[in-house]
Amino acid sequence: MPNMSLKKNEMPSQEPQARSRNFQEVALGYTEAQALDEAKRCLHCKNRPCVSGCPVQVHIPEFIEKTAAGDFEGAYQVIAQSSALPAVCGRVCPQENQCEKLCVRGVKGEPVAIGRLERFVADWHNQHVQDAPVKPASNGRRVAVVGSGPAGLTCAGDLARMGYQVTVFEALHTAGGVLVYGIPEFRLPKAIVQKEIDGLKAMGVKIETNMVIGQVLSIDELLGQGFEAVFIGSGAGLPRFMNIPGENLKGVYSANEFLTRVNLMKAYKPGSGTPIQHAKKVAVVGGGNVAMDAARCAKRLGAEEVYIVYRRSEKELPARAEEVEHAKEEGIVFKFLNNPTRVLGGDDGEAVGIECIEMALGEPDASGRRRPVEKAGSEFTLDVDCVIMALGTSPNPLIKSTTKGLETQKWGGIVVEEETGLTSRENVYAGGDAVTGAATVILAMGAGKTAAKAIDTRLRALRP
Amino acid sequence: MYQIVKKEPLNPTVTRMEIAAPLIAAKAQPGQFVILRVDEEGERIPLTIADFDREQGTVTIIFQIVGATTEKLNHLSEGGSLQDFVGPLGKPTHIEGLKKVAVVGGGVGCAIAYPIAKKLYGQGAEVHSIVGFRSEDLVILKEEFKSVSHMYALMTDDGSAGEKGLVTDALRRLIQSGERYDQVIAIGPLVMMKFVTELTKEFDIPTTVSMNPIMIDGTGMCGGCRLTVGGQTKFACVDGPDFDGFLVDFEEAMARGAMYKGFERQAHEEACRLFRGGEA
Repeated sequence: MPNMSLKKNEMPSQEPQARSRNFQEVALGYTEAQALDEAKRCLHCKNRPCVSGCPVQVHIPEFIEKTAAGDFEGAYQVIAQSSALPAVCGRVCPQENQCEKLCVRGVKGEPVAIGRLERFVADWHNQHVQDAPVKPASNGRRVAVVGSGPAGLTCAGDLARMGYQVTVFEALHTAGGVLVYGIPEFRLPKAIVQKEIDGLKAMGVKIETNMVIGQVLSIDELLGQGFEAVFIGSGAGLPRFMNIPGENLKGVYSANEFLTRVNLMKAYKPGSGTPIQHAKKVAVVGGGNVAMDAARCAKRLGAEEVYIVYRRSEKELPARAEEVEHAKEEGIVFKFLNNPTRVLGGDDGEAVGIECIEMALGEPDASGRRRPVEKAGSEFTLDVDCVIMALGTSPNPLIKSTTKGLETQKWGGIVVEEETGLTSRENVYAGGDAVTGAATVILAMGAGKTAAKAIDTRLRALRP
Repeated sequence: MYQIVKKEPLNPTVTRMEIAAPLIAAKAQPGQFVILRVDEEGERIPLTIADFDREQGTVTIIFQIVGATTEKLNHLSEGGSLQDFVGPLGKPTHIEGLKKVAVVGGGVGCAIAYPIAKKLYGQGAEVHSIVGFRSEDLVILKEEFKSVSHMYALMTDDGSAGEKGLVTDALRRLIQSGERYDQVIAIGPLVMMKFVTELTKEFDIPTTVSMNPIMIDGTGMCGGCRLTVGGQTKFACVDGPDFDGFLVDFEEAMARGAMYKGFERQAHEEACRLFRGGEA
């Protein structure tokens, strides 16, 4: 008998009061009993709408069935067929817009908590199964992957499983890309990312850090060194600013800088050589997951007041529902329908406030969301000593500018054939944010997967 | 890990190191920089490449001990190694086609000015090197500069070596005596570069400055190194580090450079206690 409760099992988590002062993981994960109970809410409907909502098509009903039967390792193996990073996706996927959005149980009541179950199964596997992944027999053919974020890791993993000798080139000193420099410890513990990377290494994937492709080696040089194909998963690293007065004052950060200092450089830990401002009042501009992450990090660094300044209304917030919920519980103050007009500076070139203007929602724009318009004369000032711009990112131009014949969109995204990820250059593939602009972990993983398959097909056609 | 093949002090606060980094040595150009980390907990700091040897596969850095990281770096010995060493980053200095150039270096900035003077000299340009230090004991690379310069002017604040005065005094005199430079390339403290550009603006001599702001990744990702150039925001790491000196907002750059002064002072004092046993 399925469990017909209209509500999904609540996720145990740290109390808001306590967690807003530490960097440990907020959500604690289901217990076995909760997982069994939740798994029984799946109706195993015939047309499996949830699967079509997943960018990597995890066999969701099958893994839930095994979970309900208490076969957690079996469930893990089902997920692992489609997803290279289950413990990551269970934590950071926007399930409410993907698998769970299409779940039949959601028509009346709440959908099955697919994401929480995925996380449970992956964590169970990581705790109970110590077998190192089997190193596949090598086919002797080399492929280079640029970038070790979700797109690159997925592509590398899939190719390694097919027997390719894969080398991943990472610009920073630690592999993981946005999973390491962007997403905070309290949402995605770095040990989980490291475990996934160690798994790839055990499969024979080589990871070379400190390699800024486009500077130290070009794509053409990689091809000249015997890599038969290159996958570019270099992400969308370039932060956007608003181009308003005062944006270069001290205390104004891009979210990338703020989060990199905190997450990658561990500036929140005593003993880290990297400084960070411990601001009292912080305004974070933007409404995505990155804005939520930055706001919650600022709170954890000791800020008394943290505002999210967003120019549309709550309904249009692009962040995951759970992150918004968590941010509110932690006391982050949302300033909806407000847009900054300038950052105010003190005598020493430091930010002392942010001037905002009230907005109203007008007609829908190209994105389908109602376009915010300024209300004349409604300017007001928020006193803050730190401003964090979380307005999105664009692809880094380093590779484009050093790779002849690599076509890009006007805004910098690499042009690819959608079904394969092939770029305008032979044997050069791309995927993830480098192609789409800032998007989600799971979409990047989907692109890495597509490209791995296409690379294999292409290379075997070239030389069977 | 990246091995320190050679280490030598140039003066009491400035050290030269040659680091084994064949891939970087193969590509490096004057004006580009590296980012390094001393150890696992270390911060990432940018240092402009002072020299490179493509055959030996080494890159030379010259640094002044100003904070905790450079203190720790200076504590490493020959044969030891750095945790991370990334590069070459940024764009090379544009010197193609220049026929007569004044290279102005201040303090440890001379470490970066030298490879530029060397390359200019190598391409047949007439090179006038004007270098400034606080006092005699801080003078670095004197012989090196002389060997790649048609004229070498040494200035010190206290007159203990060369001539007493500022680099701008020497530059003004040279310009007024009729020297016609295609370009002035100024590398040193922000305030020096600011005054050099104020001077060269008077005479309308194109002037390149090399900016060295706070950075984390050095690849365009964090935007911490941004500065205003001609009213537009630029990232020193990918758009620079060289910029048109006439267009740089030096006041803003100086304010931004002081962002973590308190933290740095404290961290440096702690590092000093650790390495020098109390004296700071």
